[in-house]
Amino acid sequence: MAEYKLTTPLTDDDIIKLKAGDVVYLSGVVYTARDAAHMRMVKALDEGKELPFDVKGQVIYYVGPSPARPGKPIGSAGPTTAYRMNPFAPRLISLGQKGMIGKGKMSEEVKQACMKYKACYFASIGGAAAVVGSAVKEAEIIAYPELGPEAVRKLVVEDMPLFVCFDSYGNDLYEMAKKEWAGKFSLA
Amino acid sequence: MAEVRNVSVKDVEEAIYKMALEAAYHLPEDVLDAEKKAYEKERSPVAKKVLETIFQNVEVSSKEEFPLCQDTGLAVIFLEVGQDVHFVDGYLVDAINRGVERAYKDGYLRKSSCNPLTRENYGNNLPAIVHTFVVPGDKVKIIFDAKGGGSESMSKVQMMKPADGRDGIIQTVVDWVIQAGPNPCPPVIVGVGIGGDFERAAVMAKHATLRKVGEPSPDPVLAEMEQEIYEKVNNSGVGPAGLGGLTTCLGVHIEMEPCHIATLPLGINIACHVNRHKEIVL
Repeated sequence: MAEYKLTTPLTDDDIIKLKAGDVVYLSGVVYTARDAAHMRMVKALDEGKELPFDVKGQVIYYVGPSPARPGKPIGSAGPTTAYRMNPFAPRLISLGQKGMIGKGKMSEEVKQACMKYKACYFASIGGAAAVVGSAVKEAEIIAYPELGPEAVRKLVVEDMPLFVCFDSYGNDLYEMAKKEWAGKFSLA
Repeated sequence: MAEVRNVSVKDVEEAIYKMALEAAYHLPEDVLDAEKKAYEKERSPVAKKVLETIFQNVEVSSKEEFPLCQDTGLAVIFLEVGQDVHFVDGYLVDAINRGVERAYKDGYLRKSSCNPLTRENYGNNLPAIVHTFVVPGDKVKIIFDAKGGGSESMSKVQMMKPADGRDGIIQTVVDWVIQAGPNPCPPVIVGVGIGGDFERAAVMAKHATLRKVGEPSPDPVLAEMEQEIYEKVNNSGVGPAGLGGLTTCLGVHIEMEPCHIATLPLGINIACHVNRHKEIVL
């Protein structure tokens, strides 16, 4: 398991060196979007309209932050469960999106898209939102403000700690980790 | 005849307001204790790291009044109302909702309630979900549960066959929790409701997640089932945050009620490692 510091936008060269289980400290711009925003983005694509941001090389963070207190860029901001974005992620990956940040399992289709188009799914720790959110240095709503916590935000993050879950070789950290520790619990 | 006791709904509103804020920032002691005990037993270095991050999160949240999780949940309220209580100064449920709305606004908590079909966010986290039970006496017990969507989505009611019995129930719960894997933010607390009917199984399962973590059921048959499920789930390898390890669940809590001779209802409700709940008696 290696450790890397990466800055967005990501390139194919960044992605191909990553293996499931590696730790990445991510810096730069990441965009937030979850269920409602993805539905609107895919609808925009269907209607031949522009996305609120160019996904090429970008990382989308699946998060709906809590409101910011005065003087803070953001509230708590941990990852939401990623499988709900299974229907949308492969399409955005095919348009050049390089990464997703979330928690929990994603589908075989997403895994295949990561292999085909060189992308990664990064897992973060759900429910550690005050700590995870502290990596966010700036935040600005750039689309769908009426969605409240689900609006699309442009974040600037600094050294956000992430685990490579799906790499571009078809590996899955959750499956690997589970296999390694299965059967080892004892009450001793 | 017992004397009727007047309880002002303004006191209920205030209690709800305080519990909502407390729950959002401060993890219950029993949950943190269970996580610390699990940390001592944990052998996976990654799992230890995850648990350390969780502890750090609990500290930062508490100190800076940052929500433990950005998903500050829907407000689920279990109300046990003594039958000699008379509520005054307004309608009880309105007061509960006012307490929730004010807390989520003043506390910078996320508003997560929306229209199920259009997904329009109502912006006030209302309505609260209120389960009311009438009990003997003249007190009002209020349990406040901030229930996040990630763990709630990993829940189900299954109408089992009576022939499935004890072992079928255990297998179904174990398979379900392992299959949920990293999604509900392990280490989790597994709430199980056996019997009653369709909706009682679900309500029991959720209520069970609010028991003091790891405290066994007073019924020795259920306590033994809880232990068996606990060991099997922790043998799955899923681990904290699903990143592998020996700590997948902190506790398994079962509640049971009689059911129809033709049915065996089973409810499973999962609480994440940020199992935020408070209670008060008025």
